[in-house]
Amino acid sequence: MQPKKVKKIKAEMWHLRLYVAGQTSKSIAAFANLKNICEQHLKGKYRIEIIDLLENPQLAKGDQILAIPTLVRKLPQPLKKIIGDLSQTERVLVGLDIRSGANPP
Amino acid sequence: MAARKNRKRLPVLEKVPTGITGFDEITFGGLPRGRPTLICGGPGSGKTLFGMEFLVRGATEYNEPGVFISFEETIEEMTKNVASLGFDLQHLVAAKKLFLDYVHIERSEIEETGEYDLEGLFIRINDAISLVGAKRVVLDTIESLFAGLPNPFILRAELRRLFRWLKTKGMTAVITGEQGTGSLTRHGMEEYISDCVILLDHRVSGQVSTRRLRILKYRGSTHSANEYPFLIDEKGISVLPITTLGLRHTVTSQRISSGIPRLDTMLGGKGFFKGSSILVSGTAGTGKTSIAAQFVSAGCRRGEKCLYCSFEESPSQIMRNMRSIGIDLHTPVKRGRLEFHADRPTLCGLEAHFATMHKLIMRFKPSSVAIDPVSNLNIVSNETDVKMLLMRLLDHMKTEGITILLTTLTTPGLALEQTDVGISSLADTWLLLRDIEQEGERNRALYVLKSRGIAHSNQIREFLLTDHGVDLLDAYVGPSGVLTGTARLAQEAKEREADMMFSKDMESKKLRLENNRKALEAKIAAMRAEFESEAAEVKRLNEQEAARKKEHTALQKTMARMRKAD
Repeated sequence: MQPKKVKKIKAEMWHLRLYVAGQTSKSIAAFANLKNICEQHLKGKYRIEIIDLLENPQLAKGDQILAIPTLVRKLPQPLKKIIGDLSQTERVLVGLDIRSGANPP
Repeated sequence: MAARKNRKRLPVLEKVPTGITGFDEITFGGLPRGRPTLICGGPGSGKTLFGMEFLVRGATEYNEPGVFISFEETIEEMTKNVASLGFDLQHLVAAKKLFLDYVHIERSEIEETGEYDLEGLFIRINDAISLVGAKRVVLDTIESLFAGLPNPFILRAELRRLFRWLKTKGMTAVITGEQGTGSLTRHGMEEYISDCVILLDHRVSGQVSTRRLRILKYRGSTHSANEYPFLIDEKGISVLPITTLGLRHTVTSQRISSGIPRLDTMLGGKGFFKGSSILVSGTAGTGKTSIAAQFVSAGCRRGEKCLYCSFEESPSQIMRNMRSIGIDLHTPVKRGRLEFHADRPTLCGLEAHFATMHKLIMRFKPSSVAIDPVSNLNIVSNETDVKMLLMRLLDHMKTEGITILLTTLTTPGLALEQTDVGISSLADTWLLLRDIEQEGERNRALYVLKSRGIAHSNQIREFLLTDHGVDLLDAYVGPSGVLTGTARLAQEAKEREADMMFSKDMESKKLRLENNRKALEAKIAAMRAEFESEAAEVKRLNEQEAARKKEHTALQKTMARMRKAD
């Protein structure tokens, strides 16, 4: 079972969306942290989209964004939301479900 | 002069009218402009509706667009819920006068990984505000964020920032909060919103629920600390501002007829004062409803509008019954002059009853109102409450110049005066109906116990229900008390008979005296004749004697001559 699942997830593309509001220290930190985690665990199979709500405020409605920064895992399903500056790496990994097998040792 | 001018320029708290019936009266203008107001209360107390009505009225009546951010209900649910109150949200949204947003957060989807803020929410609200040019914002119920977002410390700081931000944007905001145990809101919102706090309450007593509203706090404004009952009906919320009224009503000396001509006569010949309160009390079946019906019927005949509030009988039953005593209530109803309002007392709480009546009076604007009977309201509440509310209602009606007639049922056997003492002080005129049981009959009697400012009759009158309405008759006051009914008829016959006997007696007495007089006259004539004859006799005797004396003297002279004396 295990190798099959790994294979399947490997084949998938991770689509992550980071909502920020302007170039605040929290946004910058969040982006840096996210970049780090992805490079470490999802190298080559992720795509990060950054949405600045100051520029497109109406986009906040679609993903029900309240807190800033919010990271939304659009793909793979199901949808996951992680709020905060992503400084607690462990919790980010749990939140994104990276630890549950998708992550090679 | 300058000082006065300065004083006038002192900035006073500007208020925003909510448009909610009665609320702007009790707050002397509405909610504080540009400040957040906290509305708290238990589930189902009407918080969301309060917020929604505030926005809808603002958009439709005061040209102030609004934003509603819901944290609990979806837009579809909300639109449907308030459609029953006649609020067409879709139309308002399409006209860009209202913006609805549903903010939904699912705790299970969210993981917290460090510092965050609520800038996203700020941006959403800001976007909504600029979209419709909003002046009013409602956040319903922002406390559900505590359930959806981790880290309450950040949340608290952010909410504090949010309310401050709303203030700087000049938004008049309504924030709702669920009542917690031991605190106004579950998460202590009252710590952040301290400008104006309104508590909504929903209490059940004796299986009847009553909604109440209380202003806990209103910075920069006077407010009454009272609890105000309020209603939610097909037109939204209405608060009863009736406690704010004092004894300031002006009175007229205009008089109106009671509908019963002889009762008008008893009341100084002209009837009740216009705008006064009349209490009709009596035991069961003494004719209280008939007097009330006659009163409204007379009002309608004068071309005035009348309202009949019944807590005992249905309108059609009253109309049928009154037709049997010749009072036609069908015609005024058809012409729109008379309106019935009939509810079982147990339908809703006391306050709700009064609120309904109050609203009805405001809408229908009658010149006379009859409430039949107020004592039935004791079922849903205690006497003190009924009295308090009656007082408010009466005060309100008096300021409007409405004449009000209340009937009240008294318990037989108890001292009437005592049972009614509760509301007697409210009544300007008090008519007491009484049963008089006598000789196997029960008859009705009426008297005017008091009538402020009217020289009224002190008589007890017998009170009849005839086929042409209510009629008053003189009651007989005999040695055995007041006589009514057949006893009165019998007494009347007896008196008539006695009268006849007396006059016959008199005639014969007169005749006898006349005869006596005649006899005496005859006697006087006879005596006079006798007296005259005797007088003649005396005269004759005198003449005789004089003649005899003359003769005697002459004889003596002759004798002397013959004796040749001297």
